[in-house]
Amino acid sequence: MLRYALLRLLGAIPTLLLVIVLAFLMVHAAPGGPFDDERVLPTDVAANIQAAYHLDESLPQQFFRYMSGLLRGDLGPSYRYRDYSVSELIGRGFPISLQLGALAMALALIVGVSAGTLAALRQNKLPDRIVMFFAMTGISIPVFVIAPVLVLLFAVKLHWLPAGWSGVTGPAKFILPVITLALPQIAYIARLTRASMIDILGRDFIRTARAQGLGTATIIRVHALKPAMLPVLSYMGPAIAAIVTGSVVVEEVFGIPGLGQFFVRGAGNRDYTLVLGIVIFYATLIVSLNLVVDVLYGALDPRVRRR
Amino acid sequence: MKVSAGILLFFLVFAIVGPWLSPPEYLRTNFDLLLQAPTFSGGHFFGTDELGRDLFARTMLGIRTTLLVAMVASLVSLVIGVSYGAVAGYCGGRIDAIMMRFVDTLYALPFIFFVILLMVAFERNFLLIFVAIGAINWLDMARIVRGQTLSLREREFVDAARLMGVSTPRIIFRHIAPNVLGIVVVYVTLTIPQAILVESFLSYLGLGVQEPHTSLGALVDAGVNQMEGASWMLLIPATVLALILMCFNFLGDGLRDFFDARRAT
Repeated sequence: MLRYALLRLLGAIPTLLLVIVLAFLMVHAAPGGPFDDERVLPTDVAANIQAAYHLDESLPQQFFRYMSGLLRGDLGPSYRYRDYSVSELIGRGFPISLQLGALAMALALIVGVSAGTLAALRQNKLPDRIVMFFAMTGISIPVFVIAPVLVLLFAVKLHWLPAGWSGVTGPAKFILPVITLALPQIAYIARLTRASMIDILGRDFIRTARAQGLGTATIIRVHALKPAMLPVLSYMGPAIAAIVTGSVVVEEVFGIPGLGQFFVRGAGNRDYTLVLGIVIFYATLIVSLNLVVDVLYGALDPRVRRR
Repeated sequence: MKVSAGILLFFLVFAIVGPWLSPPEYLRTNFDLLLQAPTFSGGHFFGTDELGRDLFARTMLGIRTTLLVAMVASLVSLVIGVSYGAVAGYCGGRIDAIMMRFVDTLYALPFIFFVILLMVAFERNFLLIFVAIGAINWLDMARIVRGQTLSLREREFVDAARLMGVSTPRIIFRHIAPNVLGIVVVYVTLTIPQAILVESFLSYLGLGVQEPHTSLGALVDAGVNQMEGASWMLLIPATVLALILMCFNFLGDGLRDFFDARRAT
């Protein structure tokens, strides 16, 4: 088991390195420096700024400077938020995004697995059709459409829930963003659960359990749920990536000061170091969570480890 | 499935013929009719936007842009995916292992962030959107084509070609590639909605198409800014976008079940 985990860890390192090199090169290949679009500076001032941000060094030198900072957890200064380092900005935005993402993931798992199981138990009957129709709708409608429509309905028209984030106290401000973020994942998880649950419920060991007189609830809980969860578990990696991407939109629509908002702002005003830092941070997060999922998968399904 | 295909065909005709019938309509501003609600008598079926432009014409243009981007992007991903998958599958052995390992590595990357980085770093070039979206969508295609190729290369006609002295690249592109096209076409119907999603996401963030050109994502973005007073500006493009995505997904699912009998249970 430990060997398996270590092997996966070794596999993750080149991926991360690839991300860092690609992102770094892309940012540095961009035409025009980060300070070009402001008023024309006197040459000596421009040179001083270049030197202060080490932009006068050669590309390999800059890369090694960046890498050595990265290993110490330093992502450099932000080009636009003066007096802030990128790490400080990430430290400020990430806890909020993490809360949102974790809540959305929990909601998606609970609702998605329940709906999928229900659909599997009533295969091709009315509940199944309803769940599958909503799942297809949920997969098809992008987050940036769901978010404003929900705001329009529940905040602007009905006044049930707050439309924004700032100035709102209490958990009410979480409701709409978390639901928005969770909906597409609920849809995917429901479809996956249904498919694998139908497969598992047709197996011999389930028939044996039924023959022994166990009730449906017990069979699902004790026998079917664990094997049926394997495909859902392997979907967790893409789900995390989707929630991270979705939170960029959700934070923008609801005005939540999380990491996604920093990212969009940074992209908008060409704050290269900030964008680069967030891409690397998110990539590391996604790759390491994928690693956790892989190892968990190995723990749940011994067949995987032997491969 | 037939309903989805019908709706899509309708949108396609709509997108091709619509803007062509009245080319400058989506540009014409009318400051007497700002944020006009949809009416049948006023000639603006979908109302007007904050510059008095006819939303019906702009929606048609948006559908056209969105479908065009999606199709070109899917074509790019198809070319990359089929070539990559066919080479990996045909060569087999160590080359295959390395090539597929590379695909696995790329799967773990948060691609959308790279696309955004690309759009930030370089000018918001329309062509770049196609290429960027196509370049992130080829991974599934490569896997599917590789799987098909693995079984195809054991078939007699490949042996025959090899015995006749046909070169390896020619076997791959003239004999293997045409034979995987059936399954590939099915998966293209599933790549197109993904490409639409990425394009509209970028446009929504203001990184995609630029004014006065528009896409469905850009229209949704404009609608969000006006939704308190003019909800139709949000609801109409949002509905159209959702409808197109749903139709592609239903169609793709249906086609896949039809061709892949094992999954159709």
